[in-house]
Amino acid sequence: MIQVEGLSKIYRVAEKQPGLAGTLRHFVRRRTRDVTAVQDVSFRIEPGEMVGFLGANGAGKTTTLKMLCGLIHPSAGEVHVAGHRPQRRQAEFLRRITLVMGQKQQLLWDLPPMDSLRVNAAVYGIPDGVAQRRINELADLLELGEELTRPVRKLSLGQRMKAELLAALLHEPEVLFLDEPTLGLDVNAQARVRQFLAQYNRRTGATVLLTSHYMADITALCPRVLLIHQGRLFHDGPLEVLADQLAPEREVRLELESPVEADALAGLGRLEQLEGCDVRLLVPRDQLTAVVAQLLDRFPVRDLDVTDPPIEELIGGLFRQGRV
Amino acid sequence: MGRYWRTLRRFWGTAVAVQLEYQANVLIELLAVAMSLSGSLFLLSLFYGPDQTLGGWSWAQALMVQGLYTVFDGMATTWLRPNLGAIVTHVREGTLDFVLLKPIDSQFWLSLRTLSPAGLPEIGLGLGLLAWGSHQAGVVLTLSSLLTVLVMLLAGGLILYSLWFLIAATSIWFVKTWNATEVLRALLASGRYPLNAYPPALRLLFTLVLPVAFLTTVPAQVLLGEAAAPMLLAGLGLAVLFFAAARAFWLFALRFYTSASS
Repeated sequence: MIQVEGLSKIYRVAEKQPGLAGTLRHFVRRRTRDVTAVQDVSFRIEPGEMVGFLGANGAGKTTTLKMLCGLIHPSAGEVHVAGHRPQRRQAEFLRRITLVMGQKQQLLWDLPPMDSLRVNAAVYGIPDGVAQRRINELADLLELGEELTRPVRKLSLGQRMKAELLAALLHEPEVLFLDEPTLGLDVNAQARVRQFLAQYNRRTGATVLLTSHYMADITALCPRVLLIHQGRLFHDGPLEVLADQLAPEREVRLELESPVEADALAGLGRLEQLEGCDVRLLVPRDQLTAVVAQLLDRFPVRDLDVTDPPIEELIGGLFRQGRV
Repeated sequence: MGRYWRTLRRFWGTAVAVQLEYQANVLIELLAVAMSLSGSLFLLSLFYGPDQTLGGWSWAQALMVQGLYTVFDGMATTWLRPNLGAIVTHVREGTLDFVLLKPIDSQFWLSLRTLSPAGLPEIGLGLGLLAWGSHQAGVVLTLSSLLTVLVMLLAGGLILYSLWFLIAATSIWFVKTWNATEVLRALLASGRYPLNAYPPALRLLFTLVLPVAFLTTVPAQVLLGEAAAPMLLAGLGLAVLFFAAARAFWLFALRFYTSASS
């Protein structure tokens, strides 16, 4: 459904020195510099897949997304989406995709979402009866009711986002580009949106490419993850593989009946913390079962807990250390 | 075509609904229109003592020009300012992306998305003024002269739209172009007086460079029987030319936007 081959984007940006002198110089003679936003990215997404797109701010996620929907021309490389070259923005292509941006809205601020929906129905040439049926179905899934007839400015952020989704899906697109669709929503609203996207994907078989700051969005929805860093594709595959790669160790927390000495724990992973009866160990994934068995065997264990460190911390840490 | 027509009806339906959300605002705008018109009529009356003329134009004839100007000003308020002014906002806030991703012509969307009814009474007043001035000036209205004026109004509207749209389209590079549209509005204001009232150099400017003359003075001359068919054709030709230029420039600007925006 989506084929990307050697995709690159280089921007020319203006450079301005701070201060009045810099401003004047900038006004008279613009100095520019080339910035590579995306570099040689290739991947394929099959119909019906839900793929998460991860990366720090400025990693090139939004630029890539915009190239995929035809808003930006690539500097190099080939993109095919639903059998079309996006940058030509043919009507036939535009009818098959949609873009939702968490930080921008297309609904008319002063009117109820219903009015914007009717405009979209006309723009996409959807007959009124069909449009109404789709609105009802989607509103059902999104748990939207009388909100559709209340001015957008009076809706909560979560309600507004759900209405935005409805407006973006009215034409039943086959490819969904979602840029931070849960941005700023509270935990409940995030979960609701997530649940809806999963349902929508199941029902329609739509292909979804999703960027998000919230790891929970990705873990809940996307079996496959693309990780982009400084414009380059760093990982393409299952989330668990990424987690293994990022965090080859798991964390084992122990609560013991009585205090132990550090020496007694030697050879059982890396000791992170030892405070009386509380022990924290980092154990390589492949030795985990063996180590846990030994721990239970050798020590009077009151409680034992094995966890993955939160993945956003891992990614963040990785980027900070410059290991990528 | 049916899809565009249906879209247009929805566009304007929602536009009127938005206006009606703010009742007080509608009243204030109507008041502003009435005050601005009476202000410009007062200004015009200052030029005229008993039996005086302005550049060879009598009071009644000058009223015709003022009437035409008022029609175009109403057009700007109702149609051009709300739509073309929003282009700047779309570019600045990035919502142009939503427009470009719709399977509909982006120039159509940006040019006709909304309407402000506030200019409609102004258009009505302008037409009234034109009719009254013509009557006073002894113009005999025939079907053909009415048709001619209508065509000239349409051509003038198209010229004004194209100029305005050209300027608005440059916001893709410069982002803020409000100042430029203000200059255009000020130039349009020069059309409220007959062309002959201006020094020759300005007359040339208003005819050839910024065809303000074709908006107001020429249609009045046509009604008065002072300008003939060639002028009418020139006006029409100019309108087509300006529109084609605006269209071509928009397509060029879009190519730039899509290869440079972030």
